Amino acid sequence: MRKIFIALLVQIAAITVIGPALAQEAMTLDAQVNQAFAAVTGPFVSFIFAPIPGTSFPWIVMWLVIAASIFTIYFGFVQFRFFGHAISLVKGDYSDPNDAGEVSHFQALATALSGTVGLGNIAGVAVAVGIGGPGATFWMILAGLLGMASKFTECTLGVKFRNEYEDGTVSGGPMYYISKGFKQLGIPGGKPLAILFSIFCIFGALGGGNMFQANQAHAQIAGIVGDYPGWITGVAFAVIVFAVIVGGMKSIARVTEKVVPFMGIIYVVAAIIILAVNYDKIGWAFGQIFEGAFTGLGVAGGLVGALIQGFKRAAFSNEAGVGSAAIAHSAVRTKEPITEGVVSLLEPFIDTVVICTMTALVIIITGQLIIDPATGNYMLDGSMIATVGGTSGVALTSAAFGSAVSWFPYVLAVAVILFAFSTMISWSYYGLKAWTYLFGEGKTTELIFKLIFCVFVIIGAAASLGPVIDFSDAAIFAMAVVNIFALYFLMRLVKQEFYSYRERLASGEIKKFKG
Amino acid sequence: MTTTLVIGLDGHESGERVLAYGTRMAGLIKDCELLVVYVVEWSPYSFQTPEENAQRHKRRDEEISLATERVLDPALAKLKEAGIKARGVVRHGHVADILNAVAKEENAEQIIVGRASSQGLVDRLFGSSTSTLVMSAHVPVTVIG
Repeated sequence: MRKIFIALLVQIAAITVIGPALAQEAMTLDAQVNQAFAAVTGPFVSFIFAPIPGTSFPWIVMWLVIAASIFTIYFGFVQFRFFGHAISLVKGDYSDPNDAGEVSHFQALATALSGTVGLGNIAGVAVAVGIGGPGATFWMILAGLLGMASKFTECTLGVKFRNEYEDGTVSGGPMYYISKGFKQLGIPGGKPLAILFSIFCIFGALGGGNMFQANQAHAQIAGIVGDYPGWITGVAFAVIVFAVIVGGMKSIARVTEKVVPFMGIIYVVAAIIILAVNYDKIGWAFGQIFEGAFTGLGVAGGLVGALIQGFKRAAFSNEAGVGSAAIAHSAVRTKEPITEGVVSLLEPFIDTVVICTMTALVIIITGQLIIDPATGNYMLDGSMIATVGGTSGVALTSAAFGSAVSWFPYVLAVAVILFAFSTMISWSYYGLKAWTYLFGEGKTTELIFKLIFCVFVIIGAAASLGPVIDFSDAAIFAMAVVNIFALYFLMRLVKQEFYSYRERLASGEIKKFKG
Repeated sequence: MTTTLVIGLDGHESGERVLAYGTRMAGLIKDCELLVVYVVEWSPYSFQTPEENAQRHKRRDEEISLATERVLDPALAKLKEAGIKARGVVRHGHVADILNAVAKEENAEQIIVGRASSQGLVDRLFGSSTSTLVMSAHVPVTVIG
């Protein structure tokens, strides 16, 4: 299996790396790769995104939302009741001063956030609002709030079942909690399920966490400096990614990790300024969001259309239930796995409920979506809502911010590129953890994956590989299929931990160290 | 009762003078123990990559053993030679906060530190660790030039 898998990856890599260099042939090779990929992955993609019979609702979206709702009820609305406690934990109120120098709750949260805050918040929301109308925002916020419980469940397990090696390093994530957790409960099939998750995780990392990011970053740069071959951006990105993940150039990663939160803050502040200037329209915008949520306001598919878009983009953006965050959160230093679960529930809140909503409000308030004055409904251009400049995706967000602050699209472009880069660095790690779970830890096996990862950066930027991107999205959702299936079995372990923690917190056994 | 003096070392050459002053003070006080502290500058609010997080525990151990080996052990050996009772400790955090916290924990009489070794832009803007310590400490601070 291992040999076939590597051979397949190397083959794909080889074909497309040679591609860009060969100019004319590149086109045919691109087309060939597209075709081959589509043929092999088509059925898988169609299966993942298949609608529930008799509706246009993809079952995978239902799968995520039902899971999030079940976790919400099962843990007694933990996301609302423990929200304040999550903030206390992040502030370090409960951190033992003797653990100073270890990974803090804040650091684990910030690292996980830099992997999720990115294109989903900027481009994804624009797609949701562009197709589903303002109403999609309502469903997106709801999905974000529910998703907090999914994150809580998976991140608690991530810490509880992580591997701590003798040299002091840690490895955690769904593959570890699935295999160890199932074993603990005496349920068979943990190992194959963990392997399946790892395979999907590698594909997700190479696709959504890499190619898609490189592709969109190139689109942004090309949008500013004019069109030029994507492989140039690809090679430049690949060199930087290589320097960080293979060359150990920590300085680049460190700069990005510092700049990314800063860009996130600039983005939110800019959105708040635009909203403040248009404060008289905020009431109207929320009116549109609520009305659109239940009537659709003329969008394709009506209420269901708005709902699908909202749910789907929230899932894309905050990755709740996908399992990736459990890998990032597992490095924290804590004696109580529950604390990391509680901290992680802030992630969908910040990502979706705050940042995504900001994007949506700016698009709505700046009047990018054209309303038919006669009916009050949105005008359609095909299945999309007609926009002022005929834009969609990142360009729509960019136009919305640009209509208020003329130079902001440049800042946004820089933000997109940096977000894309930090998402790549995060996913290179998630993919690596899945890879080492399958093939074992070791310098050579790690290097093979890292090199493959860099090659895929070039592939992603070089061509508009529709089927490949579809496949990578499907792979990320496939991770959620395996992960959530396992979470249903493992959630009782989380409940035991949670109840015990809650009692000890109430009795005063768990004390604050400061504050 | 033993009098405890906290000695802050940062691995720079002013450490020699700090140590010499501490030795002299200890000689003057009847029953005195020197607590030599090395602080690894660290913040729980910094941003790190997932890989750095995964290796953090290992790195922390390395930082502690390196500081012990390079700074604390030689200092303690010198104090022992001079016949002074001394202990050493490595902590992570902000220099001023940690020295002050250790002084409080140990009921120390005084903190002895070197003058800030670097005078970079950041120090000029926000003040060095030494000046922060002088401003915030709960016990007297002696700064050695």
